[in-house]
Amino acid sequence: MSPNDSSFVHYTTGEPLADAKAPEGPIAERWDRRRFGARLVNPANRRKHTVIVVGTGLAGGAAGATLAEQGYHVVQFCFSDSPRRAHSIAAQGGINAAKNYRNDGDSVHRLFYDTVKGGDFRARESNVHRLAQISVEIIDQCVAQGVPFAREYGGLLDTRSFGGVQVSRTFYARGQTGQQLLLGAYQALSRQIAAGNVEMHARTEMLDLIVVDGVARGIVARDLVSGEITTHHADAVVLASGGYGNVFYLSTNAMNSNATAVWRAHRRGAYFANPCFTQIHPTCIPRTGDHQSKLTLMSESLRNDGRIWVPKAEGDHRPAADIPESERDYYLERIYPSFGNLVPRDIASRAAKNVCDEGRGVGPGGQGVYLDFADAIRRMGRDKVAEKYGNLFEMYERITAENPYEVPMRIYPAVHYTMGGLWVDYDLQTTVPGLFAIGEANFSDHGANRLGASALMQGLADGYFVLPSTINDYLARHPHREAVDDTHPETAAALRETRERLARLLSVDGDRTPDSFHREIGELMWEYCGMARTEEGLRKALQRIPEIRDEFWRRIKVPGRGEEFNQSLEKANRIVDYLELAELMCLDALHRAESCGGHFRGESQTAAGEAERRDEEFSYAAAWEFTGGAPVLHKEDLVFEYVHPTQRSYA
Amino acid sequence: MKLTLRVWRQQSPDAPGAMASYAVDGISKDMSFLEMLDTLNEDLILRGEDPVAFDHDCREGICGACSLVINGDAHGPERTTTCQLHMRSFADGDTIDVEPWRAAAFPVVKDLVVDRGSFDRIIQAGGYITAPTGAAPEAHATAVPKHDADHAFEHAECIGCGACVAACPNGSAMLFTSAKINHLNVLPQGSPERETRVLDMVATMDEEGFGGCTLAGECATACPKGIALPSITAMNKEWLRALRKGLR
Repeated sequence: MSPNDSSFVHYTTGEPLADAKAPEGPIAERWDRRRFGARLVNPANRRKHTVIVVGTGLAGGAAGATLAEQGYHVVQFCFSDSPRRAHSIAAQGGINAAKNYRNDGDSVHRLFYDTVKGGDFRARESNVHRLAQISVEIIDQCVAQGVPFAREYGGLLDTRSFGGVQVSRTFYARGQTGQQLLLGAYQALSRQIAAGNVEMHARTEMLDLIVVDGVARGIVARDLVSGEITTHHADAVVLASGGYGNVFYLSTNAMNSNATAVWRAHRRGAYFANPCFTQIHPTCIPRTGDHQSKLTLMSESLRNDGRIWVPKAEGDHRPAADIPESERDYYLERIYPSFGNLVPRDIASRAAKNVCDEGRGVGPGGQGVYLDFADAIRRMGRDKVAEKYGNLFEMYERITAENPYEVPMRIYPAVHYTMGGLWVDYDLQTTVPGLFAIGEANFSDHGANRLGASALMQGLADGYFVLPSTINDYLARHPHREAVDDTHPETAAALRETRERLARLLSVDGDRTPDSFHREIGELMWEYCGMARTEEGLRKALQRIPEIRDEFWRRIKVPGRGEEFNQSLEKANRIVDYLELAELMCLDALHRAESCGGHFRGESQTAAGEAERRDEEFSYAAAWEFTGGAPVLHKEDLVFEYVHPTQRSYA
Repeated sequence: MKLTLRVWRQQSPDAPGAMASYAVDGISKDMSFLEMLDTLNEDLILRGEDPVAFDHDCREGICGACSLVINGDAHGPERTTTCQLHMRSFADGDTIDVEPWRAAAFPVVKDLVVDRGSFDRIIQAGGYITAPTGAAPEAHATAVPKHDADHAFEHAECIGCGACVAACPNGSAMLFTSAKINHLNVLPQGSPERETRVLDMVATMDEEGFGGCTLAGECATACPKGIALPSITAMNKEWLRALRKGLR
């Protein structure tokens, strides 16, 4: 049932992979060309097509609403009790758009350039350029929906700056931008639910993909209230199920965010690209003990005004206020004078790890650095600081019982986002025809490191604008499908396998809880596949993961029954998939013997300790094919015509 | 810390429920309330008992999933969500009562989990601005006075948790409904549907079985996002205004 081949490291390399959908020609014209070249479905015929959308975050909510507005019959799923609770809601800082309202030199081309560079030259140029083009439409769309972005006194939209860029292009709604954008999408979706165009299944989780004759035709899902396992068929399936950061157990992801939809799709034939590209966010609240269930992010926007420092001396345990200026090391400002505290996330995280490894970390266990607002309060006044960051300060105080107006915040990096995901072409279609992946679930736009405020942009670009255009082409080319029902052998097989997996989880009746395994795999991944990776560590992890998996299937204890509301069963089933995905992440990290963006290999660094890319060998996206044993690697070569790859410099 | 928990256990919507008592030990004051419940559940699983079902997700106070009545207060003694409540708000040896939201319009699913689908249906009745994708004018085409934008934002902060309903002696959803109406009706983009929005949302609220408002004010006291009572007054004015315009 689970791949248990200890020779996982002996992967093979298969045929190279190419994106056949991006048109040729000048990059600024490609999206228009693709849209013109794409076939359309007559409005009267759209209602005959059913599209399944899994997930209701920014990407899924936007896609479901837009496809329904176009006239398609949408059947949508979320595991929460309401589509409004998807984890996009927790995004704090903002959303990028090349509006250039500040007249500070921004443009579509600059956003494109910053994103390709910020991703350390591991993203596809065509996709990123399209993202930058669409960014401006997103802001228009959201304002029309009533998203209450921050405004200036004149009534126009305000912006701020974010890491890795030197313009102010980030639109925001205090520290709750994700919430406001998600509610916009949720409300648009609600309108379509009321109109009968979207059939919404809340508290229902996708557990498998149904592939018939090589084409995605539906999903197997479990009603989380009754426990009933059902099938749903469609003409196309869209996965908008988010990232897989919860492999690490502790992350800033919501507790229920999981990898099951993408992993099950991978097992059914969708290639998984760049699984080792995970983002460690530099500004999270440090953990307080073993009871910790998740980590909380403090928005990157805090780095606009907060200054990051540690004591110059090792083991200096004096309270922050007692450490004089001359004995503080504002290390980001020192090492990267031109970007200072606003270097990209991967760089800020690694720098924090380095100073803590040197024994200069602060707080319990020395796993923290200061983010200090004393200068900002002196410069702007406490009220102005409160207006900009008040809700974040409150949140910090609630969690730590420390007042950040008086003592500096303590922060430490934590797993936050996954750039890797299902491989998709320019149309956002996976290697399984009829299966699309959007938002964080795909791998397409952020390369090896995502810039701040770009996740919201990508989720909404995919959901509102890209997928609704490209899926037309697929549906127009495959207008008449034979109906599929539960008697079809491939549907029956998917249904049977899902039932057997759940039954097996319930029958082991061992002596360890699901959480204990999740914690174990998470700690292993953080240790060996976290902020810094080495060949030795990754090999160790690759040896250990199958052992943990074996132990899981011998010792797991899941109480209760399958035919009821059973949160332990939900959790255990997600861990089954983490225990497989973790292995692929480590293999990907091992094979990519270069450093790039969030993927830092100890063996590949510059004299100054920065990530050293090896373009001659690794300028490709790694798309992995599932085999049941050692996977097959398919390389998609990356071609840079507009942004010349250089060693990233933020100094 | 050592605590005694008295938790509402109910197997299914139609099954009778009862409070059950559990002792928990080794609780750190830095734990969140939900992490304390995690600890209890780990023990229950190992003892072969059914763990306590409760809704939770982001654990950052923004998704609105968590929903516990703690010692009689929605989200407990601090003005925040249950996930952001920490055990330092309690004392060693305390006995803590944990119950689900209790309201006719929020039927219990299991233990501490309730069905808040009625909230979604209120939004579906009109809690949106009709702006199909692609139809939007340039964002700066309409300036929105900062005061109005801030007013909209402060009401848009509602996380849809339902604490207002749980706290209300009448089980009324007036604060939830008024938050969305204040958010959208103050914006120029929301004005074409201003009247139908308030009439349809209020009608749906009533159909869903929420109680009437007697201005007890408990909702605003319980709201973790600080949505204030005048929100309801503003909604009532909008409703009367729409009624006078003869749109119903």
